[in-house]
Amino acid sequence: MIKILSFKDFFAGLMFVAFGGTAVWLAQVYPFGSAGRMGPAYFPTLVGGLLTILGAIVSLRGLAVPGQKPGSFHCKPLILVLAGVVLFGFALERLGLMIAIFTLVVFSSLGGTEFRIRGVLILAAVLALGSFLVFIYGLGLQIPTWPFSF
Amino acid sequence: MELLGNIGLGLGVALTLVNLVYCFIGVLVGTLVGVLPGLGPLATMAMLLPLTFNLTPVTALIMLAGIYYGAQYGGSTTAILVNLPGESSSVVTCLDGYQMARQGRAGPALAVAALASFFAGTFATLVIAAFAPPLAEVALNFGPAAYFSLMVLGLVSAVVLAAGSLLKAFCMILLGILLGLIGTDVNSGMARFTFNISALTDGIGFVIVAMGVFGFTEVILNLEVKGKREIFAKKVKNLWLTKSEFKAAAPAVLRGTLLGSMLGILPGGGALLSSFAAYTLEKRISKNQAQFGKGAIEGVAAPEAANNAGAQTSFIPLLTLGIPSNPVMALMIGAMMIHNIQPGPQIVINQPQLFWGMIASMWIGNLMLVIFNLPLIGMWVRLLSVPYRLLFPSILLFCGIGIYSLSYNTFDIHIAALFGLLGYIFVKLECEPAPLMLGFILGPMLEEYLRRALLLSRGDPLTFFTNPISAGMLIASAILLVIVILPAVRKKREDVFAE
Repeated sequence: MIKILSFKDFFAGLMFVAFGGTAVWLAQVYPFGSAGRMGPAYFPTLVGGLLTILGAIVSLRGLAVPGQKPGSFHCKPLILVLAGVVLFGFALERLGLMIAIFTLVVFSSLGGTEFRIRGVLILAAVLALGSFLVFIYGLGLQIPTWPFSF
Repeated sequence: MELLGNIGLGLGVALTLVNLVYCFIGVLVGTLVGVLPGLGPLATMAMLLPLTFNLTPVTALIMLAGIYYGAQYGGSTTAILVNLPGESSSVVTCLDGYQMARQGRAGPALAVAALASFFAGTFATLVIAAFAPPLAEVALNFGPAAYFSLMVLGLVSAVVLAAGSLLKAFCMILLGILLGLIGTDVNSGMARFTFNISALTDGIGFVIVAMGVFGFTEVILNLEVKGKREIFAKKVKNLWLTKSEFKAAAPAVLRGTLLGSMLGILPGGGALLSSFAAYTLEKRISKNQAQFGKGAIEGVAAPEAANNAGAQTSFIPLLTLGIPSNPVMALMIGAMMIHNIQPGPQIVINQPQLFWGMIASMWIGNLMLVIFNLPLIGMWVRLLSVPYRLLFPSILLFCGIGIYSLSYNTFDIHIAALFGLLGYIFVKLECEPAPLMLGFILGPMLEEYLRRALLLSRGDPLTFFTNPISAGMLIASAILLVIVILPAVRKKREDVFAE
């Protein structure tokens, strides 16, 4: 029975192997060439191969050398902050900056330690006004502002 | 005398009204960022990049540089008053600076930090002015093999000087290189690793990765820990040093400046490493070791001088070789490329206005910081009381708008969110993101020089050893690696980072 002694090393190593292996695999559809005339696959295969090997060593070390337990994952801020950003991206061109700002601020604030709806809405309104004045009016960035303005 | 003429030329550029104004904005924003914990100079520079699109290149670079060294100043203010390092490079300043504040000596601590930084900044500016042009001359003669080996040396020393596991840092560099290869291969015109997504044919922008890994990830991590802040010394008075304090601090400042200037030039060096090394050195040679950690003024003076000197001299490899020594410098390369400036030795020779103007503005910026910063301390302290729940949605928003304005593509925002997630996983698995960023920016260059060098040698890898410059750098890299793997040094290295 193999015991994982260092979760951090073991999983970090696996991650590197996955990235390196995928890179080598994906690169094989491109021409390889030779050292004197490198094709597009040459360098990625080299680097990806090295990463796979080193990643495997890191992983094996995780089995042999004791380390700390993995840090605890806090899913709430992780998911809500990233959800806020992703939704901001979706809303920006479809619904305009103003609505996107409210989406971002509300969602990401839900991931914070305390959530007061009034404070959050006021913050969103202030940021929306400020962004309008600075980025759209002041700097003239071509950002869609209102719904269906395109 | 040529040096004086050059500095005169630089001052002429830096002292124009526009450049003065943007220099001021840069250092002001930098200080603000330094004061606010959880927002680093890298994410800020990335956020403000769109503001520089309409500026002339020299003005844009002056402002961005101002943010970087301004952040070093601001970071020390919070370290002393709140025991909260605003920047990672001011972590060591907390040790003695906060103790001084608790003893009612916040004024002298702040004053010595500001004066040490100013002295170090001035010295480091002169170092750049003296050493960058000859270095650039040398670099002009580098062939592709020498450039490749130089980058290898840079990456190796970045790993050696970074905290944490060597092997993982190497893996992060390789991963960064692979991510940097996404996009169209310049030689064959073939799209690599793009998954048929048209937005990826130009590759992923450095700024987008930086915002994800340093902006979004930081916010998420900050929300995980509930910390409370206790602000010390609501009234900071007596912003001056006594004679005995001055006597104790002056030699420490001098040593910190020299050490920081040297370490800043090394790839992977810069402000963070310099401040740690200076504190360790000071503690070792000091006569009153017992005082360290209990409010020794040398413990504030040396690292503050070192981090500012290191922050400045890390511009040398960027301006002479076109090689970034840390992620912030990598962002400067990105900014230069946006303005169609090819980083490298040609800058010093072909664009003296840009080069000397930037150098002169660094000195002026440092002067501004010392003049404006001390009176503004009250304002910075008040800023600290802004609760994080108001701050982090704003940071996210500015990151989002900054990313979108780069190429007006919402896909970039989603890529950045993905890197925010990746960055979070990296931190949880104890993988340093800084080597990843270096690999990311150097990856395409490494491939290009490797390809060219081997093309010239008809595929013979011995070319890297027959070229003397290249061989020297590869040998230096090997020596560095061997030294670090030796058990005795390894232990010491861990001690330094543990302190």
